Amino acid sequence: MDVTFKIRRQNPELPGKEKPYWQEFVLQDVDPTDRVLEMLHRIKWEQDGSLSLRRSCAHGICGSDAMRINGVNRLACKILVRDLGERIQVEPILGMPVIKDLIVDMEPFFDHYRQVMPFFVNDDPLPADGRERLQTQADRELFDDSTKCILCACCTTSCPSFWANGHYVGPAAIVQAHRFIFDTRDQAGKERLDILSEPNGVWRCRTIFNCTPACPREIEVTKAIGEVKLAIRKGKTVGIVQPNVAH
Amino acid sequence: MKVHKHDAIIIGAGGAGLMAALYASKGGADVAVVSKLYPTRSHTGTAQGGIGAALGNLDEDKPIYHTYDTVKGGDYLTDQAAAKILAENAVDAVIELEHMGLPFDRTSAKRISQRRFGGHTRNFGEELVRRACHAADRTGHMILQTLYQQCIKNEVSFFDEFQVVDMIVVDGVCAGVVAIELGSGEFHIFHGKASFFATGGWGRCWSVTSNAHSLTGDGAAIALRRGLPLEDMEFFQFHPTGIYRMGILITEGVRGEGGVLINSQGERFMERYAPSAKDLASRDVVSRAIYLETRAGRSIKNRGYVHLDVRPGTVNRYFAEEGRDRGDFIDDATIERKLPDILDFCRTYLGVDPVHEPMPVQPTAHYAMGGIPTNVDAEVVIDAAGAIMPGAYAAGETACVSVHGANRLGTNSLVDLVVFGRRGGMKVAEYVKGADWVALPGDAGNEIRAEFDRIRGGSGASRPGELRQLMQQTMMENVGVFRSEETLQQGIDDLAELRDRFHKDLQIDDKSRVFNTDLMEAWELGCLLDLADVTARAAFERKESRGAHSREDFKARDDENWMAHSLVSMSGEMSAPHFELNFDRKVDLSLWEEEIAQGLPEDQQKFRPIERVY
Repeated sequence: MDVTFKIRRQNPELPGKEKPYWQEFVLQDVDPTDRVLEMLHRIKWEQDGSLSLRRSCAHGICGSDAMRINGVNRLACKILVRDLGERIQVEPILGMPVIKDLIVDMEPFFDHYRQVMPFFVNDDPLPADGRERLQTQADRELFDDSTKCILCACCTTSCPSFWANGHYVGPAAIVQAHRFIFDTRDQAGKERLDILSEPNGVWRCRTIFNCTPACPREIEVTKAIGEVKLAIRKGKTVGIVQPNVAH
Repeated sequence: MKVHKHDAIIIGAGGAGLMAALYASKGGADVAVVSKLYPTRSHTGTAQGGIGAALGNLDEDKPIYHTYDTVKGGDYLTDQAAAKILAENAVDAVIELEHMGLPFDRTSAKRISQRRFGGHTRNFGEELVRRACHAADRTGHMILQTLYQQCIKNEVSFFDEFQVVDMIVVDGVCAGVVAIELGSGEFHIFHGKASFFATGGWGRCWSVTSNAHSLTGDGAAIALRRGLPLEDMEFFQFHPTGIYRMGILITEGVRGEGGVLINSQGERFMERYAPSAKDLASRDVVSRAIYLETRAGRSIKNRGYVHLDVRPGTVNRYFAEEGRDRGDFIDDATIERKLPDILDFCRTYLGVDPVHEPMPVQPTAHYAMGGIPTNVDAEVVIDAAGAIMPGAYAAGETACVSVHGANRLGTNSLVDLVVFGRRGGMKVAEYVKGADWVALPGDAGNEIRAEFDRIRGGSGASRPGELRQLMQQTMMENVGVFRSEETLQQGIDDLAELRDRFHKDLQIDDKSRVFNTDLMEAWELGCLLDLADVTARAAFERKESRGAHSREDFKARDDENWMAHSLVSMSGEMSAPHFELNFDRKVDLSLWEEEIAQGLPEDQQKFRPIERVY
């Protein structure tokens, strides 16, 4: 099949192209099972080498190629042509400064990530036998869903609250905090909940739910945010996440 | 050029780089991590099934068994003392990862859960052992995340999206590296007492690969271009189960959970090739079996792929035949819980649901056993006698210790990263305390900047994309699972022509500086061409079959003549370089030699090179 790609482009160095503009490319012999990333590569490799995008693993794990495709945030490597049709519109994710074509400035996103203490804290002495700390599989399951996060920014950049206020930490940072808050081995839950209680923390979330369908890892993002809100309201982290939920 | 000065420059932010950064930093060194990707994008994150360590949480296990499996898996090209260090340090390293918060799955006794993996056995090959410590089927993702988190906690400096393109060597000492800041196109010099290459592999030399687009072997190519030798380049692993045509990896953990390979006759053909380990024989054995089934006309629809079947009905039927305990039997929920990402890949890319249908798989280019030679402290080795280059370090896939020998066992890549990243990081911390700063030469970085100007100015007729595709095709056809003098000569000739076009006829569309991915991809293609070339040449010279290197014209392993590592180096003009190859670096057989010294009779010597049988 033939597919027409309409791509939002911008190049700060080229006179007349510093402002965003649309450009169309037509590809022939497209297989319905081809990934959008492969098609963007075909455009770049066969037609216009200057088309700029980030990508790496090409199978939905590294989180490099988040884009707005036919109006929805997706990883270009995890959406097939057959799911989109013969006209495919590709633009950079929203809410971040565009640097060139589909490449946005990710620094604000990673700044927010770093704000929530995204690392394991446990200052107790290590087990005397030199072995691992103990944890039940049931406790391990409590935060399983949020360990899947690949920091692609699909959720954060689909969130109207984030679009309205770029200082809001955003869904991805909250998911990252969730991963530690509900880990029974971690001891910094309270500090993280304090950080997320601040004006640009979880309460900026208006439960619009855009983040959940945007997640290429199928994390129940809105639910995770809700659990963090509940933990703040109840002032505790135990008994918040219900065990044996579907994920 | 802007100059940054840090005790230690870590190049690459995957598992090995982050581990090195963490331990060098904990040891007191001022560390900068320079990476062409955001750290969480690194390829370590795609590792699925597990990390091997003889914790013995579910089955009796000892590091010496893991050592044995590693040596045997490597078809006895593995350096034995290094393998012992790998297996022993693996236990501590995995426990430390847990202490850093890594969310491993748990056993009913609340300990780290472990699963079976190819070639990992108990008591010197007696039976398969549960050794692979796992976090669902995203163990690598959890390792990468955990290490990055700990680096943030320890306030390690990161230079994200800075791509290292050259190393600076002054009188035989490494004084730092040159990098391009991708966002601006500016060149930067990183002046360091220690430069640590952890840049990963080069699977993108082949057309069907599990490797990320970014795996272009930059570090190994830079070392080669600066006159350093590369070791054992002829050994490149094809993983038996890549998704048909796409190459996306389907973890060996699927077979660890009971999945089986089935040909077009409905036969579990691995029973013929490896009567004991069957589907969990080492990867080279299974990949060859798939090719041989294909040649015999028994691939599915005759299209070069076979089925990987993990449907509970199939798995339980074979479990019953093998007399396994009914408690081992699996159901749909087991697969959903233990292999969520695999199910997601198959459902997304193939429209196949592995709970109800078998997966179409074919061998996929996966892992470089060879690379920058190092000793067990990640110090870069520059000759067959083991002399080192002060200030230069390497670990992970880009390095060759050699613990993987001629074929790496599943899970051992993650083990390699954490063990040698950690040892290297500690060594760097110690080294920078005593080492003096080496002054930078006045012209540092000029040579590579000129090379980039040349590439950027390219106005010929050959697009990088076209050259890359031709390289990948010839490597797949001629330097793949099976090789012969004829195919290898064809590969070498094809590569020479591509190299010529790359240097004389390149076309670059994008002339700008900011995020010029056209330019960077072209430079990376140059790296791949160099590495493909030395791979084909080393394969041409090794006239035996061993591990992943299968010569149709020399079918047997030949310990008499080839119990040695290859070292290849490159010199002269980049458009038509001169290559030198030797086999002077002998394999370390010290564990076997100890057994002989102890007076053990031959049949009790576990580390004596014998024919591999699975």
